[in-house]
Amino acid sequence: MAITVPRPKLNWRERMYLPAIVAGLAITIKHFKNMLLGRTKVTMQYPEEKWDSSLPDHYRGAPALVRDEDGRVRCVACQLCEFICPPRAIKIIPDEIPSTDRFAKVEKYPEEFDIDMIRCIFCGMCEEVCPEQAIFLRKDYAITGFTRADMIHDKEKLLEIGGVIHGVILKWNEKK
Amino acid sequence: MDSFLIITSLLKIVGILFVVILPMVSYAVYAERKVSAAIQDRLGPNRVGPAGLFQPIADMLKLLLKEDFTPRTANTFYYWLAPCLAVMPAIITIAVVPFGSTLLGVPMVIADVNIGILFVFAIASLGVYGIVLAGWASNSKYPFLGGIRSSSQMISYELSLGLAVIPVFLLVGSLRLTSVVQYQIEHGWFIAPFVGDWLNPWKWLLAVPMIISFVVFVIAIFAETNRLPFDLPEAEQELAGGYHTEYSSMKFALFFLGEYAAMITGSAIIATLFFGGWHFPGIPDGSHGWIFGLINIAVFFAKVAALIFVFMWVRWTLPRFRYDQLMRLGWLFFFEIALVNIFIVAAILAYLPNK
Amino acid sequence: MSDQNPSSQPMLNVQIDSVWHQFPKGTRIIEACEQAGSYVPRYCYHKKLSSPGNCRMCLIEMGFPRLGPDRKSELGADGKPLINWMPRPQISCAQDVAEGIGVRTNSPLVKECQRGVMEFLLINHPLDCPICDQAGECRLQEFSVDFGTSQSRFLEHKVKKPKNAVLGPRVTLDDERCILCSRCIRFCQEIAHDDVLGFVDRGSYTVLTAHPGKELENNYSLNTVDICPVGALTSTDFRFKMRVWFLKETKSICTSCATGCNTIIGTREDVIYRQTPRENDAVNSCWMCDYGRLNFKYLEAKKRLLEPQIRREGKLVHTDWSTAIAQAALQLKQFSGTEIAIIASGRMTNEELWLTVQLAQSLGTHYIDIVPRRGRGDDILLSEDRNPNTNGARLILGSASEPGANLLAIADAVKSGQIKALAILKENTMHLGVPLERLAQLPVFIAMNILSNEATEKATVVLPACGFVEKRGSMINGKGRLQRLNRAVRPPGNARDDWEILRDLIQAVGGGDSLLSIDDVFRRIGETVPQFAGLTFSKIGDLGVQILQMEELPPTHPSDEEKIEQAVAIQARRRAVRSEST
Repeated sequence: MAITVPRPKLNWRERMYLPAIVAGLAITIKHFKNMLLGRTKVTMQYPEEKWDSSLPDHYRGAPALVRDEDGRVRCVACQLCEFICPPRAIKIIPDEIPSTDRFAKVEKYPEEFDIDMIRCIFCGMCEEVCPEQAIFLRKDYAITGFTRADMIHDKEKLLEIGGVIHGVILKWNEKK
Repeated sequence: MDSFLIITSLLKIVGILFVVILPMVSYAVYAERKVSAAIQDRLGPNRVGPAGLFQPIADMLKLLLKEDFTPRTANTFYYWLAPCLAVMPAIITIAVVPFGSTLLGVPMVIADVNIGILFVFAIASLGVYGIVLAGWASNSKYPFLGGIRSSSQMISYELSLGLAVIPVFLLVGSLRLTSVVQYQIEHGWFIAPFVGDWLNPWKWLLAVPMIISFVVFVIAIFAETNRLPFDLPEAEQELAGGYHTEYSSMKFALFFLGEYAAMITGSAIIATLFFGGWHFPGIPDGSHGWIFGLINIAVFFAKVAALIFVFMWVRWTLPRFRYDQLMRLGWLFFFEIALVNIFIVAAILAYLPNK
Repeated sequence: MSDQNPSSQPMLNVQIDSVWHQFPKGTRIIEACEQAGSYVPRYCYHKKLSSPGNCRMCLIEMGFPRLGPDRKSELGADGKPLINWMPRPQISCAQDVAEGIGVRTNSPLVKECQRGVMEFLLINHPLDCPICDQAGECRLQEFSVDFGTSQSRFLEHKVKKPKNAVLGPRVTLDDERCILCSRCIRFCQEIAHDDVLGFVDRGSYTVLTAHPGKELENNYSLNTVDICPVGALTSTDFRFKMRVWFLKETKSICTSCATGCNTIIGTREDVIYRQTPRENDAVNSCWMCDYGRLNFKYLEAKKRLLEPQIRREGKLVHTDWSTAIAQAALQLKQFSGTEIAIIASGRMTNEELWLTVQLAQSLGTHYIDIVPRRGRGDDILLSEDRNPNTNGARLILGSASEPGANLLAIADAVKSGQIKALAILKENTMHLGVPLERLAQLPVFIAMNILSNEATEKATVVLPACGFVEKRGSMINGKGRLQRLNRAVRPPGNARDDWEILRDLIQAVGGGDSLLSIDDVFRRIGETVPQFAGLTFSKIGDLGVQILQMEELPPTHPSDEEKIEQAVAIQARRRAVRSEST
């Protein structure tokens, strides 16, 4: 259905537009003047100034894998993040933990864990879906590389970003 | 021919072109970016050199290094010709504009022809060919639409442009631009023709049509230079750049230069016709010493710079017209206003006592 | 329901969730409920196994018709019998339907029972779904969501049981996850006839284990993994390889013997992860043998042929397909029909065999046969005939004698030098019984195969072909059932669909005929082979069509029998020699 947008009725002064144009020019020159006098401060000079310190707690940056207090990679390669990942950025190759290992009870670990940061959209679904509290979105946002291969974060890189996490549920304790 | 005249003319041409106009063009681009940034609460270019002052050089280097691409289906000859045609008229027009009084006895105008303003209009109208040819030779729909828009816009506004200056020449009685400047020195600038003759009510009456004339002329110049709010031939949002969509590298840069050169020329003509050219009250002309000759040149270019700022200020304030609005404005308002204005001035002049 | 009802069986009226249905006598209540659209959860019950009734998950409310003083059912307002509901729940898996009984699968009592059973089952079940391979196809997960509660009231430590226990060469057991449903025990007793599993340490610490000194090593052991409702029994091969929700499931058939068990091939991104049986009561019920199930690894072997090759100045060099086909056709056309022999394979599909026959006709040769392949069968599923499509070859090659009977004659002709050009399609030449040196001397020796072997290295043209998971096609199993193969993965490298290679070869040899798709080929078979008339790929369907009426293996001519025995004996000897050398 066609909709007719009502037009406002203008008086002759308004229809001349000149007062409105002058008013517009006055606004822009005011901004110009304030900028020249240094009263306006909006722009942040990025590489020199950064807003890292003022990032909110819920900021979603690069996803990363974490270790627990015992140094175990918390990921058990359940591949739920790989499944949920909307752009399919995650690739996991699971493997079995040998029975001689200290954490043999966990049975499974990610042999390879790659996140393609060209594909990643920082949605945080991997963090949300993880049943092991093993993947978190850190605050790193400047993710750069010279080649496509550089932009694929492998397990080492992800653990390096992630570091060690304290005080989360340890469900693979011997007693449990 | 007088060899002295040839040498001084050449010196003037080289001086004005390479020392003044071209640096002015490149720094006009820089200024535009800085002014727009300030108006929009940004910083503008500030990385290349102190306060980004070397930005124009970086831009030029970048444009030189870009791939110079010619579309396969373009008409190559006209495709190459168009950028030149876009720059040349703007620069040639400068020839008849007096940019100073005299310097060591040499008049500071390259060609003091007695049909100055007609020359200006004649050459300036050629500018449209650059755009139309670019639009047509690109063999692509957006440039084509840009070219069409440009030609009709130019034709429409050239009428008001021509009619708007007639009152000035009715008063001066000569088409020579130096005479216009001389008249303003004697009788006050045309935007305030009563200056020096405060008590004459007829002069006050004359101020009204002159202001109208000035406003119409300035608006028409905006349209002629394809600046916002009249930049319909380019119209990034609608036409993806309009006539220069298919251009790259230095050919694109030439269009860019052409636009800014036209803006400088337009400012120079406005300054000459309405703001007393190189004259500033209280500063004698060059015959009183070479230092005053230089000051006169500086005054002229200061006026030009101020007008360029106005161009930019308007651009970053007003939105673009719709095409039918543009045509309506040109044909139904400015054309009539300018026409009526001529009769008003003529009537005032006819009854003006002690002219 | 009517199609499942033989007319001899009387129909019984049963009320399920207030709606009256009719079922034939002998239907289990749990099956009747499922057919009526009310699924009853179950762990221990499996329709192909006996019902011990030990999981208690399938509890329902049941009632019998209320009888009046005249011993007749009292009728309600709707004219149907009124029902006296029993005060306690019953298990639906151990009872058959009876006339006039009522069943409630959804009443508050039933729901309470299901919640209780779920809570008990989860008391000791570890919550390790992230590492459990069953996650995604786990009954415990599914029923916990559908019928259980969201939390447990159990606070004590869970019982520790052996984890990662090896039950046999192919099956690994996690006792903590076991819910003691005994499906695997009953399968071994009733289907595999190999009673090796049982429960020990009765009580809280009951564990499933193999009898002392025995292993779960029968050829059907992996079916216990399929029927295990939880992640207790896992396939050692598939364990921790891939989560099941990533697997693309393609319906196909097993090609490791003439039974042609219906399968589901689980693949992800062109990698095969597992094969599981698909229910087809006319062929394999719900089962398949471990041999067939794991017989797909060779497709990813290192010696897989990936590029067409031709012999140039004594060496095999990679080339493109058009060159290889043109070269093969050029070489074959040098010789007359009596100098050419084609050895096809009983592992080829009907379409490929038909194209092979066309190739033989356009070359004018009569030396064409398949290689017979026999092994020890069992009376469960595994057939003695290890060629999946012997019946297809019998129909399509159309020779008077049995497929495989001419093989020795061809071998003799090659040895004697009468055959100058030999084309071996999808077969290992070692089975021919011709020395390798003799094959190397053949002027033309074209090999189309999946893997490289000693013989392909002597070939003049090598054409890399597809395995059974990489192509479409049809085969006729040992009982005369026409079944369909579906493509689950794309062939690796430059390997091509067999039927395309054969079609291009036929066109290059001169029998220019436009066959654009494998469906075209199938239609053309229908024109020449009467049993195929009127059929299409889609008409075959997922479960196949019976087109031959026959016993397990059709009778052969006595003389053929002898020749086939000889060919098979040569084969067996060759295999023995090769396994010794490796």
